[in-house]
Parts: sequence; structure tokens; C-alpha cells
Amino acid sequence: MSTLPLIAHRCPDASVAWRDGLPVSARQFLSDVDQVAGLLPAGRNVLNLCRDRYRFAVTLAACIVSARVSLLPSTYTPEMVRQMRRIAPDVFCVADQEAPGVDLPVFHYPDRLPTSGADLAIPNIAGEQVVAQVFTSGSTGLPEPHLKRWGSLVRNVRAEAQRLGLTRGYAMVATVPAQHMYGLESTVLMPLQSGGALHATRPFFPADICAALASLPRPRLLVTTPYHLRTLLAESAKVPAADLLLSATAPLARDLAHAAETRFAAPLVEIYGCTETGQIASRRTTSGAAWQTFADIRLRCEGERVWAEGGHVATPTPLGDVIELVDADPTRFLLHGRHADLVNIAGKRSSLGYLNYQLNAITGVLDGVFIAPLDGDDRAMEGIRRLMAVVVAPGLTSADIMQALRQRIDPVFLPRPLLFVDELPRNATGKLPEHAAQALLARVRSPMTTDLKR
Amino acid sequence: MTEAHCELQSEVARLIVDALNLDIKPEAIQPEARLYGEGLGLDSIDILEVALVVSKRFGFQLRTDSADNARIFGSLASLTEHIAAARTQ
Repeated sequence: MSTLPLIAHRCPDASVAWRDGLPVSARQFLSDVDQVAGLLPAGRNVLNLCRDRYRFAVTLAACIVSARVSLLPSTYTPEMVRQMRRIAPDVFCVADQEAPGVDLPVFHYPDRLPTSGADLAIPNIAGEQVVAQVFTSGSTGLPEPHLKRWGSLVRNVRAEAQRLGLTRGYAMVATVPAQHMYGLESTVLMPLQSGGALHATRPFFPADICAALASLPRPRLLVTTPYHLRTLLAESAKVPAADLLLSATAPLARDLAHAAETRFAAPLVEIYGCTETGQIASRRTTSGAAWQTFADIRLRCEGERVWAEGGHVATPTPLGDVIELVDADPTRFLLHGRHADLVNIAGKRSSLGYLNYQLNAITGVLDGVFIAPLDGDDRAMEGIRRLMAVVVAPGLTSADIMQALRQRIDPVFLPRPLLFVDELPRNATGKLPEHAAQALLARVRSPMTTDLKR
Repeated sequence: MTEAHCELQSEVARLIVDALNLDIKPEAIQPEARLYGEGLGLDSIDILEVALVVSKRFGFQLRTDSADNARIFGSLASLTEHIAAARTQ
């Protein structure tokens, strides 16, 4: 059986991370992984909630070397945690701060770990080993698990590093959490598998991001999203030079990409992927709208659906986006938005089917529907345009419904606004046609309408 | 509370409502109610938007390590207090 090493850092002194202004060596990382793996409680399934990216990486690696599976749900609401327990009854979480706010047994990441002694060998992991289970919102209201095997993940992030030209040591700071596919792949696994060093913090405000980036040696990368990039460029008059900018979660507007490249004096590359396939393509946004697939990845049209196959994608997988091949080339394509049911807000993905299920599961809601606005403004482009919802719920107030939804769905999907009607304009088959939904929205937005709020 | 502080608090409330396109009147934000989660229901995307308009209007940048963020964004009153102390314009 083929195996692949846990990290690509050949020399024990090579930097794996930067914490508190100091490099962490591969030697220390392997020692920390060994220590944490020995301390983890029984239980095969782990929810890794570490906010410190280095501690996340150590915990992830400790789980991998001890044959545990890291669970990556799309949100941490009480309802999702209940579903995690149903799917994986032995699940516990690893946290590096007090009160993670999740109803699961907690293992606290050790505050102090011993300084590394003798050099440990880099563990080799079987390519077939399942190391993560990522959950998407199924349209039936239940989370859908996707198994991620070590071999496929490693091939994926190596292809990414190759595409980005990351062949020697580099440092990276990221504004996205490690706990979803983009963060897991680009900010943890890619640096581990291409000799990079990750910055342990996850800076939030623009000034934090600039300071973290400036603290790193070059070459250095910033891994971010369109909405972080936009606020950063709008707020910070002066930004530190970078060597590469990486963006994903929503397509970036070309003028924003131009501005970012000029201000950071670095090329900006966008990554395209999804939970099911991982990352499969990239584009230099300022060079054109077309995406180029990673080496060995091919796209195939079948009716309205486009499938990805080859490379790390072990079985052909349908994509959730509306895609057009350029000149029938299976490696170049244009992205025309998502299929109607999928929604993506600030990198969090769900489906209208899932959200509608959760809305209608609230006691007292007789009927209800989420609607994604069609407007093509900047906020919609960057994937931060909020959803609206319309309900028939005679006995409930807006606060009742919002509180119930908060237990069930991620806060980014909470409706703004939530509106009340006597009945929804459903057609004879019980469907709510798109034009009827948009007409309802137009009515709601009219300043003359005042009777729909509670 | 001084009149100037009251005025500042109203201005911050207006900034929040305008920046986030909230469907409420600025006066409807209770000064002590939580901005995050329950209460006004803001999340981290909103906080970044608010940070942006705050820096533009008051001439200083919010930093995670400069103070306790959860406290600063705890309520309209605490955000106003922080702005009053840190503003340069």
C-alpha cells in the first residue's frame, strides 16, 4: 500500500510555523504531534476547534498518526452538534480556549509541551486512510458526510503548491479559519506538504492582518477571501508587500484584484473548488476570466451538469456551479454562478433546501421559504449578500423565529429581513416559482409596504 | 452621560444601521443590548463592516490585540466608549 509523509520539510530545522514572532521547527512540530497523540482521550472522531492555526495543525496531525478522523461540520449550532453525535457517538472536541460553547466532551490542548528531544522520524501515512469527514448541508435537512482520504488530500495540495510555484520555503498568514475545506487545504495541509510555514494566528481586523503579514520573512503569502480583501484595501492606507495573494470562497471582481495586486505588489491567484472535489482550478484574475484546472484534472459536460475527474478526484464528481468550457477545452472554463439551490455567504455554503427544511421544522411555522436576492451588486459578487425569508406563522414573532433558527442554522444564513405573510404564492404543484419569489421580494422592498414585519 | 457622549452614541448607532443596511431605526438599538448573536444579531462579517466605517469616520484602526474585542463589540454603549477613547478625528 502506498504511503505519503506527514510533512514535506526535509530538514528538522526547517520552519513549520511562526508563533509569537518565533519560528517553530519541523523537529518541534513532530515532537508536539507525538505528545498530543499520546494524550488524546479514547474516541475515533474529533472536532478540532483550535483557533491557533499551529495548534490546529498539531491536533490534526496527532489525529492522523493515531488513526483518528477529524470532523469538519459546516457550522457549530446545537442542531449540528446533535447530528455529529448521531453520526459519530464517540466524538469529542479539542479546544485551545475556555468554553468552546459546544455540547461535547472537551480535551484542552496542553498549555505547555516539552521541548523536542531527539529527532523523530516523519510518520508515513497510508494513502487510503480516512483522515477527515467534511459535512455539507444536504437538501433533506441532514448533513451529508464526505470522506477525505490522506492520499487524495496530499495529491490535491501538492498540485495546488505546484500551480502556485511554491517550491521552496515560504511563510503564510491567513484570514480564514482552518475548519473548512479551503482553510484546511490552503492554510494547513498545503504549507505542511510544500515546506511552508504557517502563521499561528488568524488576524481579524485589517490592521491585524497587515501586522501579521509584515512580521513574516519573505517570500510570504496572504490567504484570504474577497470580503476580507475589500475591507483591508478600503481601510488600510499602507499595506506590507507580499509575494503572493490567494483568494477563494467567491469570485473576485477584476478591479478589486487589480487594486490588490498594485497595493501588495504581488500576483493574486484565485482558487476554485468545493467540498466534494477539493480544489481543482485557479486563475490569475487580472489576466482573464477563464479558470485553468490543476494538472490531470478534466471537466466533462453531461446535460446541464459538469463533472470533475482525474488527478486527486478519485471518482467523477458533479460540480454545484454553472460552468462553461472555453473552446470545448476540458481544462479551461468560465464560472457563471451557482446552481439555483446552493447558497454561499462569506465562504459558508448551504442549500436553500436545507435552510427551508430547518425553517419549516420550527413549531408554529406553517410555511416558509428562504429567498436569495438576485441583485448583482458588489456584496452579492463577494458572496456576502444576506438571504431573506418569508414565513406563514400566525402565532409567532420575529424574535421567536430568529431564536429558533439560531439553534439550527449558521448565523450567516439568518434572514435579513424575515417577513410575515398570510400565505405563500405557491403554484398548483406546491412549488414556489422563482419569479413569484422575486416578485414577493420586490413588494417587500417597496417603501409602501409596511404590513409584513413583526 | 454627557450630551456629547449621547450624540456620539446616536452617531455610532446610525453608522451601524447604515453600514449594515439593517432594517431598524438607529434609536431602536438598546445601548446595553448585545450586538453579537442574540440581541442585534450581528456576526463577524458585520463587525468587519462596522470596523471599516469606524476607521473612516473616527480615524483609528481597530486591533484584536489592543483590547478585548468581545467587550468592545459587546454593546452599542461599549463600542461608543471605545471610540470616544481612541478617536483621532
